[in-house]
Formats: sequence, C-alpha cells, structure tokens
Amino acid sequence: MKSAVVQLPGLNRDRDMVDALTKISGHAPVTVWQTQTEIPDVDLIVIPGGFSYGDYLRCGAIAARMPVMDAIRRKAEQGVKVLGVCNGFQILVEAGLLPGALMRNTSLRFVCKEVLLEVVNADTAFTRTYTEREVIRCPVAHHDGNYFVDEETFKSMEDNRQIVFRYAAGTNPNGSLSDIAGVINARGNVLGMMPHPENLIEAAHGGTDGRGIFASALDAVAA
Amino acid sequence: MKARVTVTLKNGVLDPQGKAIEGALSSLGFDGVGHVRQGKVFDLEIEGSDRTKAEADIKAMCEKLLANTVIENYSIALD
Repeated sequence: MKSAVVQLPGLNRDRDMVDALTKISGHAPVTVWQTQTEIPDVDLIVIPGGFSYGDYLRCGAIAARMPVMDAIRRKAEQGVKVLGVCNGFQILVEAGLLPGALMRNTSLRFVCKEVLLEVVNADTAFTRTYTEREVIRCPVAHHDGNYFVDEETFKSMEDNRQIVFRYAAGTNPNGSLSDIAGVINARGNVLGMMPHPENLIEAAHGGTDGRGIFASALDAVAA
Repeated sequence: MKARVTVTLKNGVLDPQGKAIEGALSSLGFDGVGHVRQGKVFDLEIEGSDRTKAEADIKAMCEKLLANTVIENYSIALD
C-alpha cells in the first residue's frame, strides 16, 4: 500500500509520520508540499501534526485553504483514505472534510501527556485491527483539541457511528464534547484524531498501541 | 475605504478564554460582570469606492477564511 505525507510550513510531526508509515508498511511514503495541485496515486494520505502557519487566525485555518487541500478533497471524493492527526485533524475540520470545530482546551493549557482512548467504532478502515470498546494508550500534545459540534450534527454522527475514539476513564485532556478524540466522515474514508498514534508504534516508544491505526489503513494485516 | 470585521463566538459555544477573563476581572474587584465572551476584530483597507462590491467581497472573505461559521458569527462595518 502506498502512502503520502503532506507538508506545510509549521508542521513538525511529518518526520515521525514518515518514520511510522515506513516501519509499518515497509515502504517510505511520498511527501507532498502544500502548493502541489496533484497527489500521486496512493491509498492513504496523512496530514501530520504541528503548528501550520503558527496557528495564526485559528489552528489549521490557513493551511486548510492551500492548493494541496483541493487535491486532497478530490482524492477523498474518489475514496482514498485520509488521516489527519492533531494539527492535521484541525486542518481537516477547517477544510470542511470533517464536521465540527476544534477549540482552545478548557484548561487553557497546552497538554502533553498520555491518555486512554476507547475505540468506539472498530468497524472502520482505520480501526479494524482493534476490538470494539478496546481501550488503548496514546500520547496527546495540543492546545486546541476541544472538539465542538452542534447538537443536530452530533446526533447524526452518533447515528452514523462517526465517533471513532473517545477519551476513556476520565482522561479527557481538553474538555471536548462527549469526550470525543477522533471522528470519521460519513463515507468512512477520512479520519481525524487529536492523539498521536505515530508516537506509540514500537518498543522504543514504550508501546505499540498506535500501530493498529496505520496497519488497518495500510492493509498491513489480514483484513 | 476602511472596513472592520468583528468575529464573535455563537451562542452556546463554550468560551474558556472568556471564562478566564471573567474570572480575572472579578479578581481585580470588578463585580457584577458576567457572560464575558472573547472575539476578534479585523481592520481592512479596501481599494475603490464601490461599497456594494466591498461589502460582498468582505462577506466572501468572512465565509471563506476570517470566520469559522461552525462556531463563529461575523459582522461587517464599512466606514
């Protein structure tokens, strides 16, 4: 399976993401710069974390209006899998590829720690290596991870099983609505999540709980 | 032509920064202040003198970039 990692000024988790994808799939991903209007033929496009455009205006707002996002939107419409982690998630909601918004943490503090995630929906292209309601460990590092969505949209997201990850066991680090940590689009091919699964994929990280997301998306395991 | 765009959070959207500011005002001894909401102001200079066009352009700017209409409202004032 081929993958691509998007690069924008201010993103700083791209190398971690390239590393994770290379180790898990056995192939290095291609990197795609923000001005590119075409994306090579890949199965998975990842927007990594960081601080694109210095978080100016709103986190991810300026990045979401760059030419590469139109290319990503077209690929998503064709069914290509898209994963946004942390700032990548913020960019996807700002681009309208995912519902809702990510606001300042209720504590007003940047949080950098490990949390527990409940896999709410294990029947997605990104989570099928996990079991339903399984609780996994995952690091978070963000200032604006407080997910918000209006009541009507929330209801339809619940009905469509679009809430994929929730912070478990009182570990919600940002005050997000309904403990939401990750959501998927209605079609099931665009996932955004605040935690960083790419930072928990090998023994040197202290665990491999994050590996399953990439293994699922890259078909690196038997379906 | 000068324009000012004011962006505010919609009702019902939690505003942790507004809450913190409200707490700080109270600790400074300003009693009786409630429901503090933080927003943003953008000052723009628009070339030309066609007010109708300027207003339409600024509205498009708000919809496309300046405001996130999932959580924010905006208002436009032209000089």
